Amino acid sequence: MPGMQGHTATLFKDRAFALDSGASLSPVSVGYELYGALNADRSNAVLICHALTGDQYAASAHPITGKPGWWDRIIGPGKLIDTNKYLVICSNVLGGCMGTTGPWQENPETGQPWGLDFPVITIRDMVRLQAALIDHLGIEKLFLALGGSMGGMQVLEWLTTYPERLHSAVVLAAAARHTAQNIAFHEVGRQAIIADPNWHNGAYYDAGTKPDKGLAVARMTAHITYLSEDTLTKKFGRSLQAREAVSFGFDADFQVESYLRYQGSTFVDRFDANSYLYITRAMDYLDIARRFDGRLADAFRGATHVRCCVVSFSSDWLYPTSENKSIVHAMNAAGVPVSFAEIETAHGHDSFLLEEAELDHMLAGFIAAADKTIGRQP
Amino acid sequence: MTSNLRPDLRLIADLIEPGSRVLDVGCDDGALLEHLVLEKQVDGRGLELSQKGVNSCVARGLFVIQGDADNDLREYPDNSFDYVVLSKTLQAVHRPRDVLLELLRIGKRAVVTIPNFGQWRVRLSLLRHGRMPVTKSLDKSWHNTDNIHFCTILDLFELIEKEGLSVKEFVPHSKMGKKHRMSKGRANWTADQALFLLEK
Repeated sequence: MPGMQGHTATLFKDRAFALDSGASLSPVSVGYELYGALNADRSNAVLICHALTGDQYAASAHPITGKPGWWDRIIGPGKLIDTNKYLVICSNVLGGCMGTTGPWQENPETGQPWGLDFPVITIRDMVRLQAALIDHLGIEKLFLALGGSMGGMQVLEWLTTYPERLHSAVVLAAAARHTAQNIAFHEVGRQAIIADPNWHNGAYYDAGTKPDKGLAVARMTAHITYLSEDTLTKKFGRSLQAREAVSFGFDADFQVESYLRYQGSTFVDRFDANSYLYITRAMDYLDIARRFDGRLADAFRGATHVRCCVVSFSSDWLYPTSENKSIVHAMNAAGVPVSFAEIETAHGHDSFLLEEAELDHMLAGFIAAADKTIGRQP
Repeated sequence: MTSNLRPDLRLIADLIEPGSRVLDVGCDDGALLEHLVLEKQVDGRGLELSQKGVNSCVARGLFVIQGDADNDLREYPDNSFDYVVLSKTLQAVHRPRDVLLELLRIGKRAVVTIPNFGQWRVRLSLLRHGRMPVTKSLDKSWHNTDNIHFCTILDLFELIEKEGLSVKEFVPHSKMGKKHRMSKGRANWTADQALFLLEK
């Protein structure tokens, strides 16, 4: 994968980065990746917003795991988001742990890692930082902002906060608010971390041990919500893990247990437990309509010039079609040009990352049409 | 593009004022909407049930929402369109009366086209064979057709009148889009299809 790796920008060096909570940060670092090049009239920038446990390595090998980029499938030369045509920007979100300021970083006032002294952040804070990064890169307007799950939530906040800086926007498998069930699952994850004796009230960075067990359980719980029951049944059923019969004990007798344990144990190598607390909190706090007296449509009044596309997946029970469709209806009521489809698939919430032919058709058509409207050959 | 617009769609296109806001309910592959956007500079939106249709529309640069007339029209604000088009779809919805009223809540005008179940071929087919008619316009059997609420031209006139709506234009026509100039009673006997331009 061509493209520069491992960028970090230090922003807000001599001014405060004001947060929704009322707190502020200065300076703020942002880890980001670029793929492709900016064109002469700066009209080809595409912002990719990552999900809860994603990072900026969307189309390049991950520096810790060595695995290919999480959206390598669609970003690259000649791919759906063609890096021969577009400059693709992907940055680690505020609160993250891959180079962007978060609880793991040193608090300039104390010289110690922030830990729980780090201010609670929101999805809109993440987006404000992305906008500052785009400024830093000398880009006025994004051709496209695109994201799935929490990435889609960020795209929605782009539409409410910086609509004038967007030409088009794609929201996949997202929601404009967290439901009680969404918050409940996140709370289980957070309590697992907090219950880990190695968490030390968030001050574990110099302790030599980390709350790996708690973070692994949080990941295991969340991972179940990304899959459909159908997927789990097809993939594992009641199959046993490398044994002929159940052990009458608490080993991972079943393949599904072994799989989840593996997901949990590999996750802790690349993710910070406190980051997980802060980012899940930001998602729980999301309720865009609330800022507009309960009328979601009012959130999108400034975006009537932005070409939008919203996609849900039929077996996604985390951010189901109903949540995505309420976004679409609000956009429609505000006069935002929007297309919507529910893709039929058995793969649950994670479908937005998987090979889905109908999704690719829709995105390819949408992006080509958006290109045409600014006079670019699709 | 324009030259090969299906003749029955051209009849609809001819009624639409340039520059207006149009919602096409059941917009299929987007042929009519694209024509209206390119040739009449309308601000066009679509509602379509099939994924194939949605993808085709999006690839044409149109804005279309996957959904159906029975459930999704209620989400559109009052008077948000100048025209709402419902082309050969009324007979396939669960609640035709509600849908008809929704069209004129959302739009100032509604363009509705229907296949005419009162046409002589249909009547003759039922009379002669005693089986649900399968004709050129109605080419599916009773058990696999999407058309669940058939009506005749006179039936629709009756519903329109009962709901206090007014017919601004009535264009009975053949399947090939050839207009007939005739009374509604005669059209009910001879026309394959009919177009109604409705207002509140």
